[in-house]
Amino acid sequence: MSDYDPVEVTPLHADEVSRMEADALAAIKAAGTLDALKQARLAHAGDRSPVALANREIGALPPAARAEAGKRVGTVRRAINEALAARQGELEAERDARVLVEEAVDVTLPWDRRPRGARHPLTTMQERIADTFVAMGYEVAEGPELEGEWFNFDALNIATDHPARSEHDTFFVESGESGMVLRTQTSPVQIRALLQRGVPCYVISPGKVFRTDELDATHTPVFHQVEGLAIDEGLTMAHLKGTLDRFAEVMFGEGISTRFRPNYFPFTEPSAEMDLKCFVCRGASAVPGNPPCRTCKSEGWIEWGGCGMVNPRVLIACGVDPSRYSGFAFGMGIERTLMFRHNAEDMRDMVEGDVRFTLPFGMEI
Amino acid sequence: MRVPLSWLREYVDLPAVTAHEVADRLTAAGLKLESITSHGHDVKNVVVGEVLEVEELTGFKKPIRHCKVEVGEATPREIVCGATNFAAGDRVPVVLPGGVLPGGFEVGARKTYGRMSEGMICSERELGLGDDHHGIMVLPADTPIGADVVELLGLRDDVIELEITPDIGYALSIRGVAREAATAFGVPFHDPADVELPEETGQAWPASIADPTACDRFVLREVRGFDPSAQSPLWMRVRLTRAGMRPVSLAVDITNYLMLELGQPLHAFDRGRLTGEIVVRRARPGETLETLDHVVRELDPDDILITDQSGPISMAGTMGGLETEISDTSTDIVIEAAHFSATGISRESRRHNLVSEASKRFERGVDRELPLAASWRAVRLLAELGGATVQPGVTHAEVGVRPARIAIPSSHPGDVAGIAYAKETVVHRLEQVGCTVTDGDDPAVRTGGVDPTGVVTGGELAARLAVTGDDMITVTPPSWRPDLTDPNDLAEEVIRLEGYESLPSVLPKAPAGAGLTEGQRLRRRVGRALAAAGYVEVLAYPFISEADFDNLQLPADDARRRAMRLANPLAEDEPLMRTTLLPGLLKTLVRNVGRGFPDVALFESGAVYRPREGAPRTAPVLGVEREPTADELASVEAALPDQPHRVAVVLAGEFDRSGWWGPGRQECWADAVRAAQLVAVEAGVELSVTADQHEPWHPGRCAALYSGDTLVGHAGELHPRVIEAYGLPPRTSAMELELSRIERAMPGPVEAPRVSAYPVATQDVALIVPDFTPVADVEAALRDGAGELLESIRLFDVYTGEQAGEGNKSLAYTLRFRAADRTLTAEETTAARDAAVALAADRVGAHLRGV
Repeated sequence: MSDYDPVEVTPLHADEVSRMEADALAAIKAAGTLDALKQARLAHAGDRSPVALANREIGALPPAARAEAGKRVGTVRRAINEALAARQGELEAERDARVLVEEAVDVTLPWDRRPRGARHPLTTMQERIADTFVAMGYEVAEGPELEGEWFNFDALNIATDHPARSEHDTFFVESGESGMVLRTQTSPVQIRALLQRGVPCYVISPGKVFRTDELDATHTPVFHQVEGLAIDEGLTMAHLKGTLDRFAEVMFGEGISTRFRPNYFPFTEPSAEMDLKCFVCRGASAVPGNPPCRTCKSEGWIEWGGCGMVNPRVLIACGVDPSRYSGFAFGMGIERTLMFRHNAEDMRDMVEGDVRFTLPFGMEI
Repeated sequence: MRVPLSWLREYVDLPAVTAHEVADRLTAAGLKLESITSHGHDVKNVVVGEVLEVEELTGFKKPIRHCKVEVGEATPREIVCGATNFAAGDRVPVVLPGGVLPGGFEVGARKTYGRMSEGMICSERELGLGDDHHGIMVLPADTPIGADVVELLGLRDDVIELEITPDIGYALSIRGVAREAATAFGVPFHDPADVELPEETGQAWPASIADPTACDRFVLREVRGFDPSAQSPLWMRVRLTRAGMRPVSLAVDITNYLMLELGQPLHAFDRGRLTGEIVVRRARPGETLETLDHVVRELDPDDILITDQSGPISMAGTMGGLETEISDTSTDIVIEAAHFSATGISRESRRHNLVSEASKRFERGVDRELPLAASWRAVRLLAELGGATVQPGVTHAEVGVRPARIAIPSSHPGDVAGIAYAKETVVHRLEQVGCTVTDGDDPAVRTGGVDPTGVVTGGELAARLAVTGDDMITVTPPSWRPDLTDPNDLAEEVIRLEGYESLPSVLPKAPAGAGLTEGQRLRRRVGRALAAAGYVEVLAYPFISEADFDNLQLPADDARRRAMRLANPLAEDEPLMRTTLLPGLLKTLVRNVGRGFPDVALFESGAVYRPREGAPRTAPVLGVEREPTADELASVEAALPDQPHRVAVVLAGEFDRSGWWGPGRQECWADAVRAAQLVAVEAGVELSVTADQHEPWHPGRCAALYSGDTLVGHAGELHPRVIEAYGLPPRTSAMELELSRIERAMPGPVEAPRVSAYPVATQDVALIVPDFTPVADVEAALRDGAGELLESIRLFDVYTGEQAGEGNKSLAYTLRFRAADRTLTAEETTAARDAAVALAADRVGAHLRGV
């Protein structure tokens, strides 16, 4: 305490503090840009600025002098900070008014240096359908496209001389007697799934199939189907109906259900043709007097696929005891689903790979 | 099957409903509506007239007549007509002015050939009755003048075309459809086969069945004194035409008419051309037969034949022989009605590629109780319409067949449907189908053998199919439903007649699944990654040609030239199954360029088909009475080709587009390599790249892609010859990866990195290496040499030129170093950098630029 000399603390003199304030306010006023103001802030309000240094000296004053000096310095600091804030506001406003306007660009200029590609709608449609069933607990089963005749026909109760067999317009591999064909349906995956997985078995199987049809607006020799199979104890046709109703609702919206009509497939008994309630007119167009509907051709229903209870003969060929297990299978064409769900008119567009057809479908369908 | 509604109404008491209502009910029963054709609903003002006078007009290019026709009005009508096949006194159909003919063709009064014409005298075709347009339709002389022709001739009718599924052959007849319609409307059915047959004692033409597996019933009846010039009546011709068959001659028309009505195919032989006993047997080696279509057919020992002492005279159930065919002079006719093996006829028809109305019915199953009645109705019609005399006696060769029987618990149909049906309902519905139902079980139905037509009945399979339980009923299906053999067949009958629309909708609870497999997820990710990178997905046909292999410049011994071949390809020049995805992609690329899109990037993800070395040539067709053994299944798999999943891209033109920002960037080999890396990244697999020479790529711009030691694909610019062969844009690039191999190399879950918060230290090095040194090798050396402090390495410049020295290139890298536990000192990073450079010097002869 002996070398304490309050006189030496010049920065706290009233005149000195006033000069600091004047310098600071002048510099702030002189700052013409935000950068200049940043410099002024450093110089006059920063850690090493005169006011900051003066503030630090207050502690060195005798207690009686501290209050007055503190008040004096505090007032000046507040004034400087207020001036800084005010100038900051002015300069920002000025920048917003002038600089940002000068920096304006034409944001309508196109920027498509690397256009995005797209996945084929038939692929994404298969995925969407698969996902619907995966959510119900099914798994996605797969099988070869070039398939054994036994899997494609015999095991599905389509014996060699069955009239249904000649209706399949089969591509034979190597020769008619090789026992190998391009699968005409995704149903052989049913057989593979049952042989590999056993029961209970809930699988969905999308994939490529082949028939010897020439390509035209409504036919293609290479097309896609999705096949569903459920084998368990106590499954009935009511479960088949429930499953397809749920599927229809997920794909086409609430209230869209299915309708069954008797049909024949060798691998299911009973068998049914499955219609989908028109998701556009919701069946209304079938009532006389209502406006027509393009999607269902005013029939109120759209043919969607085939289904039925798996023929016990098929279960036997797969080593499943039909007296204990039963189940259902269903299948539908992916191309056809795309046609009516997305109003696609010509099968050739799906085949030819023209990028204009595929691009709008993007990543998901 | 085309069903004129008027014909249907003859055998079922339908209420006053429209054709659409009938079709809807039939569709709900499983006979699906294809189309409805209306006939004659628009026809009006057509009456019967009598030609009073005919005046031949002259001076025209063709004969023109001016007629006075009495139509029952105050005065006769004047009508100009171009036909000459009628005379004064004939009765003819006349459409009066204001009248309408089929197709909405309106007729008025007008002046023509200088005379007034008040209407038109009509031909059969103009009335929509058939194809006959040879002249005016002349009506019988007693037809009342002024009568409405529409009513008189039954012009007005609706034809319902139904799609008949292969299991219900009985519905390929008016009889079968009428039975279904009667059930659907709950009204009486009158069976057209229900005719009273005369007591016959004697035989007609002698016949026997030599092969009971080929035929189990063979009936012959005879007529004599048939008038071969007799015409088929109009009503018969109209019905045949509307049902889709062309009228031929009375005798043939009668057999066709009865086939349509009853479902029983009939054949008419000219009695005068038969020699000796008719025998139904299989063909003998070397036998031939010239059929009605003038084709000489070489017969297979499996073919079922009708023969007499001269040899084969007809291919049973398929097509008759030319030699014994009835002709326009035949007066004595033998009618055949038989029941042949369904599978036998199916094989015969397929073997000879000969599908007839008869074969279609036999292979789908014909009522074996029909031949006596059908043949009787045939000879009666030949007598009534053709003036023939029915000869007494009938030949009836028969093989005893035990009708099928099925025992089920009465609850079975309900158990299948998921809805409870009362027992009375089940029995009632089965009886409507024509079944005989008795209470109680009959275990004998589950032990059987092989029926004479080769169909397995009962036995092991029947025992496995059997459903037993309480309250068993035993069901004997009717003779016209040979398709009803299994318990579920009966269930279907009950459920469909009760109505599919009454099925409840119940969502089953599947056990929890495991979601998609890793491979399935990978394929989706790869598709998304490539699409996000600018590629558009293509699904090309997997058919390729030998020419594709040449176009791809594949060497003669390239494994990709070994391909599975289709026996019946759609295009003769594309009989092979693809062994690479590239041909389809390249053709699609050319198509897009041709349509005005020169900047194209495409990808495909799909199977290729690679024959296995030493695979058996055939896959056995296994039995279906039990589960195949593992060995049996393996024998099928062994013949099938390997079908790995591949992904490929092709790209041409600008990959980065030019625009107002400046020029674009032409795609190049590097984009193709990058596409491969995008795929590999999705799999978490690191690809190593080495230079390779592999067709169809440019030998100096081809990268082989490896995962570890496994080759997974190639990428780069295509060979100029390939570009020329496919007509591709210059410098087209491509990549093809075997995704199945990448999938096998997928590592497990990613191990989370420890992120260091210490600062990074950066060092740049420029290395001089010989020109030919692969950059990948330099980088590997730097990485290995730098050790674990190296965080990343990036090549930021490649320079060749004076300062690098002749035959050299300069590679400039930024190396970033960081430690997990401390701030690195300058000494540490320099030491690491030096170690990196030292190893590069050691491995590839690199030295620091400027040193």
